[in-house]
Amino acid sequence: MMERTYEKYFRQNRLPHIWCPGCGNGIVMKAIVQAVEKEKLSRDNTVIVSGIGCSSRASGYMDFDTLHTAHGRAIPFATGIKLANPELNVIVITGDGDCTAIGGNHFIHGARRNIDLTVVLFNNTIYGMTGGQASPMTPLHKKATTAPYGSVDRPFNACYLAQAAGAAYVARSTAFHVQHLTDMIADGISCEGFSFIEAIVQCPTAYGRKNKLPDPADMMKWMRDSAVMKSAWDKLPEEKKTDKFPIGLFYKHKFVEYTKAYDEVIKAAQGGNK
Amino acid sequence: MKKMRLLQGNEACAAGAIAAGVRFFGGYPITPSTEIAETMARDLPSVGGHFIQMEDEIGGMGVVLGASLAGKKVLTATSGPGFSLKQELIGYAACAEIPVVIVNVQRVGPSTGQPTSPSQGDVMQARWGTHGDHPMIALSPWTVKETFDAAVMAVNYAERFRTPVILLMDEIIGHLRENVQLPETAELNIYPRRKPVKTRAEGYEPYKPEADMVPNPADFGTGYHIHVTGLVHDYTGFPSGSPVVTEEFIDRLHKKIAIAQDEITHYDAFFMDDAEYAVVSYGGVARTAYEAVRQAREKGLKVGMIRLMTIWPFADKIIRKTADKVKAILVPELNYGQLKYEVERAAMGKCPIKLLAKYNTEIFTPTEILTAITSLKGEF
Repeated sequence: MMERTYEKYFRQNRLPHIWCPGCGNGIVMKAIVQAVEKEKLSRDNTVIVSGIGCSSRASGYMDFDTLHTAHGRAIPFATGIKLANPELNVIVITGDGDCTAIGGNHFIHGARRNIDLTVVLFNNTIYGMTGGQASPMTPLHKKATTAPYGSVDRPFNACYLAQAAGAAYVARSTAFHVQHLTDMIADGISCEGFSFIEAIVQCPTAYGRKNKLPDPADMMKWMRDSAVMKSAWDKLPEEKKTDKFPIGLFYKHKFVEYTKAYDEVIKAAQGGNK
Repeated sequence: MKKMRLLQGNEACAAGAIAAGVRFFGGYPITPSTEIAETMARDLPSVGGHFIQMEDEIGGMGVVLGASLAGKKVLTATSGPGFSLKQELIGYAACAEIPVVIVNVQRVGPSTGQPTSPSQGDVMQARWGTHGDHPMIALSPWTVKETFDAAVMAVNYAERFRTPVILLMDEIIGHLRENVQLPETAELNIYPRRKPVKTRAEGYEPYKPEADMVPNPADFGTGYHIHVTGLVHDYTGFPSGSPVVTEEFIDRLHKKIAIAQDEITHYDAFFMDDAEYAVVSYGGVARTAYEAVRQAREKGLKVGMIRLMTIWPFADKIIRKTADKVKAILVPELNYGQLKYEVERAAMGKCPIKLLAKYNTEIFTPTEILTAITSLKGEF
């Protein structure tokens, strides 16, 4: 029988968390530990690395070796950990601002290198911790404290960005589709190489209140009604795609993984394969 | 007999770091430090180490901090503009107590400045180029051989104090070639990575300091489940908003270096026994200063020299002692005047301090410094 509690994965003395009532971050955090359980990763051999922002506080709640880095810098730190000790499983927790704004360069180069990290982007489309400023993933015309008339900055599609940059595994899910989200993360963990999973989460406090969705349940209903499985999305006529978005596996490809590629460098330098 | 090798300062830096146990280099190419990265790219894999060229200087700093937390001794190298970019994570390393050595082969600035020309313009950046206040260790070698030794020392200090250490080189030394005889690794004293002394069952706290005020956070992957953060944290490693914890934490960061200051402040004294005047110098400039002082002695001038290897923490005691003894001190620097103010502060008014500044991309000639020494006698 599958154990239904996941308490051992959390630092009980660090809880309760500091996230706002109705926040979706806890759902994604639990999906990560469910994926860890599903993939049977050892807690001693798994490192959780986060940047700065609401989502990035998750590292402190999780009972692994955990690292709360500087803003946007989770991927370089994680790259160092993985390359220094390739035996470790390294999971990166990041937010939309953390990953695609200040950390944008690290994000695309992490994907390009194809180092074996699992990056979970908690996308609440806003800067939550600083109180609701626009992020590079805030949808057009949506309001933020720094976009009081609606955002005119075109948002990133982080999944397309990850794929174009060379990620080996790209998927998207939402805080509403919990089991699906868990599966996407688990598949990302099992994929050798740079895995990127965008998890859409509700932020009723900083985003919802400004954009006529102050009730977290309404935000989750929006996810339920707007998300379309990738296979169905691909067959959907263009006119029916308005206000909808695809979820599921976007892309999967086997490239040579970076730490493995470097093993060959070491072998060559030590005279192994001249 | 050990082999003599014609080695460049930058190459000696890389060799010293590897001899001290560095097995991970991450960075971004920048003149005039590039040969350090190139040497590491060539030599690290043959000792089972890793080199990674990152997308920018910030990534270069982040990747070495990650590798350090995973148990490797680490190095990154840059020049002034790259050093500025690294500063956020230098502050992070100081706060999270992560051992790391950052080499800054200085060039003329500000901004992109004069990329291939020598300068000592980052003396203050090495000390204060950070957010918040934390202490800094910075070493400035003056020969190729000493660059090797300083690299070993820098790695040892980073590991011993769990702190960022700056190897503050200049282009003169970085690109200087000298015949050197490097010691065997077995002859070196290498400070090992600190390890937890208690088990989790015995109540291990990763950030609880030992008697030397330095804690022993466990390497990642060793089963301790530690939390590392750049937020002010208590002994558990978790953030604390407490004024008491914050004050004690920042105080400890400073004191762990301060209590070892005498041990880590290295300098040479030349011709000081009967000196009436002194020259205080460091890095590549000290080579020219030494020649000028030697020539001054030949002319019968009673001039001595203090050559600083440790720039930070500053050598207050020796400067104070020197100022007590001489009529004036000359500080030749390849900048608009930086260390001169520290010498002045340490001298506490005991003698006048005269700056000889040069910032036109050229190095000093012995004659320039000798002339300045001679004029000291007329002025003071």
